Amino acid sequence: MEGAVARAAAARAEPRRRLRDQEWFWGYAMIAPLVLGLGVFYLWPVVQSVYYSFTEWTLFGDSTWVGLANYRELFTGPENAKALKNTFVYAVWSLAGIPLSILVAALLNARGLRLVSFYRTIYFLPVVTMPAAVALIWRWLYNGDYGLINYLLSLVGVQGKSWIAEPSTALYAVVVVGIWMSVGYNAVIFMAGLQGIPRHLYEAASIDGAGPVRQFFRITLPLLSPSIFFVSVLTVIGGLQMFDLIYLMFGKANPAYADNKTVVLLFFNKAFEEGAKGYGAAMAVVLMLITLVLTVVQFRMQKKWVHYA
Amino acid sequence: MSRKVWALLCAGAIVAGAAACSSSEGESAGGKVTLTYGYWDEKNQGQAMDKIAKEFTKTHPNIEVKIQFTPLKEYFTKLQTSAAGGSAPDVFWMNGPRFGVYASQGALLPISDKIAADKVDTAKFPKSLNDLYTLDGKQYGLPKDYDTVGLWYNKDLFDKAGVKYPDATWTWDDLRENAKKLSDPAKGVYGIGAAPWGQEVFYNTIFQAGGYVVSPDGKKSGYDDPATIEGLKLWSDLIEEKSSPTVQQMTDTSPVELFQNGKLAMWTDGSYDATTYSGTEGLNADVAPLPAGPKRKATVIHGLANVIYAKTEHPAEAWEFVKFLASEQANRIQAETGAVIPAYEGLADTWVKSMPKFNLQVFVDQVDDSVPYPISKNTAAWSTAELDAITKAFSGGQDLEAGAKELATAMNAALAKE
Repeated sequence: MEGAVARAAAARAEPRRRLRDQEWFWGYAMIAPLVLGLGVFYLWPVVQSVYYSFTEWTLFGDSTWVGLANYRELFTGPENAKALKNTFVYAVWSLAGIPLSILVAALLNARGLRLVSFYRTIYFLPVVTMPAAVALIWRWLYNGDYGLINYLLSLVGVQGKSWIAEPSTALYAVVVVGIWMSVGYNAVIFMAGLQGIPRHLYEAASIDGAGPVRQFFRITLPLLSPSIFFVSVLTVIGGLQMFDLIYLMFGKANPAYADNKTVVLLFFNKAFEEGAKGYGAAMAVVLMLITLVLTVVQFRMQKKWVHYA
Repeated sequence: MSRKVWALLCAGAIVAGAAACSSSEGESAGGKVTLTYGYWDEKNQGQAMDKIAKEFTKTHPNIEVKIQFTPLKEYFTKLQTSAAGGSAPDVFWMNGPRFGVYASQGALLPISDKIAADKVDTAKFPKSLNDLYTLDGKQYGLPKDYDTVGLWYNKDLFDKAGVKYPDATWTWDDLRENAKKLSDPAKGVYGIGAAPWGQEVFYNTIFQAGGYVVSPDGKKSGYDDPATIEGLKLWSDLIEEKSSPTVQQMTDTSPVELFQNGKLAMWTDGSYDATTYSGTEGLNADVAPLPAGPKRKATVIHGLANVIYAKTEHPAEAWEFVKFLASEQANRIQAETGAVIPAYEGLADTWVKSMPKFNLQVFVDQVDDSVPYPISKNTAAWSTAELDAITKAFSGGQDLEAGAKELATAMNAALAKE
């Protein structure tokens, strides 16, 4: 039996060797557009950013080499420490969307659920809606005087706040919107993950007397862990790049704005509003390194908790 | 080559970032020159700009002007990139806060000599506007239009509270006293909006108190000056006395909207919002001069100027066009549309009459007391810090005096780098 397989493989390998040069050529020819695109639009800008981070720019494009000056400024500015902290807080809190997404996915996956595609559409809608529209709607919801949220709170006798204008609540208000926007996308991934779990495991487990809770923790969660890992890596990266919602929801003369800037928002202030492009590039490079480190750490840690079936 | 092929090549060149098509076309036509004119307000002023360009070509048949519209949101980003790449419009609109950077970094053509040589009478424009576009003794732009700030008030709310309408005799004390009478926080109605906005709100009172934002030589911040702090304090007091909504409330709903909805009895706002209030149904409002401060009467004046790109290929023709833009004829065309107060002396009347239900003459009369919008060479380098600090102080996040002094230190550091 084994000999036959080996022989068959050898027979197939023979003509393949003759074709190898050609295959080599066509293989690279096929991926060339992608590699070229990646190179021109991703790698080259990264290289340029690193170079620019050692320069200082005038508004109209003349740059001078300043060595490490931008980085030195980066590590002394109190604003930067605060922005970094805010960014981490945002990224960590946005992970709270994962359990919620799993719950939504599990419910949507439940057998015998009616109107499944209707619910799926509802949950996925925020993903395809423009951030500007989302920000506008939530601004209304969060309005301290006329907002729906405070109206509902007033029904139960709670006095609401100006949620996005109070330094203490603004960042969390944005976290909620961020989670709301991401649940649909994450749930789609989790639904696919859930459907990949073989039914017979559950059948065997129930024969052995395991209840639904035990089944969830012993079968669903471990076998869903590759999806959870994927989503959490994406969530952290997305969280570190938080910009649009804060930019759109806060507005300029907002008391919460100064204290709740994220790194990318500060980068936008410096590079595009104040014209300090070299300094902005240094910020971008540092953020890239932080993202890289956090992602590597997550990949290292996956061995501890991710089970590939 | 056929037209189509040329069009395709041009399109290709534009995609590749080389927008050289229009200028070469201008020269090829035997002495005929095409100028480009960049601006950002198509909705209100596009018609006037179009007409001005056509009128100009009538008297200068060898110069054609192509107006080039970019929305304000992208205007300066695009202008900055194209100026860096050597392809900015020959003539374009400029505002005060951006002017310093453009002029000091050599993107604008100085026109003082040309003004003198051609005997252009700059006295026809408000002096503060000429000053706004002058850097280190050289003038770079001729004023196009202007705006000042007035005290808008809701007549219905005044009547209901039995308070006399504001007039030119008002001082800060009248403002505070009456704002208190007009406020009814339980109903969400307030006397005035003390928003942390510069041009509309606190710049005016800083000047009225005898303070300053940037010293005349552009080297020092005025935020550690006691008079400046006094000018800021008026507003934080109004918030504290509950005569104004909190900054948080005004972040959720802007004072402009609050005023439109009858929730603010008074609101200091520029002439540029007259059309907004004029078009608000159910708003029974008018406008009065800003109240006088402890030192003087004052209002911020700001206005746009037409400037010439330093690297234009046609400086002589561009100057001819800018001169025409600053003429009585071109300003009259602007005035007829009613969107802005034209900068040329005596032409404001047309604008004033365009909305007879408001006493718009107030904005024109205040020019005599006007102070230029505070700028330095690189205004953007400190304006974010300024907004952050004052917003914090007005919202009670920080002691006003300490915050202002801290801001002065940060701003002085930014000014020193210019």
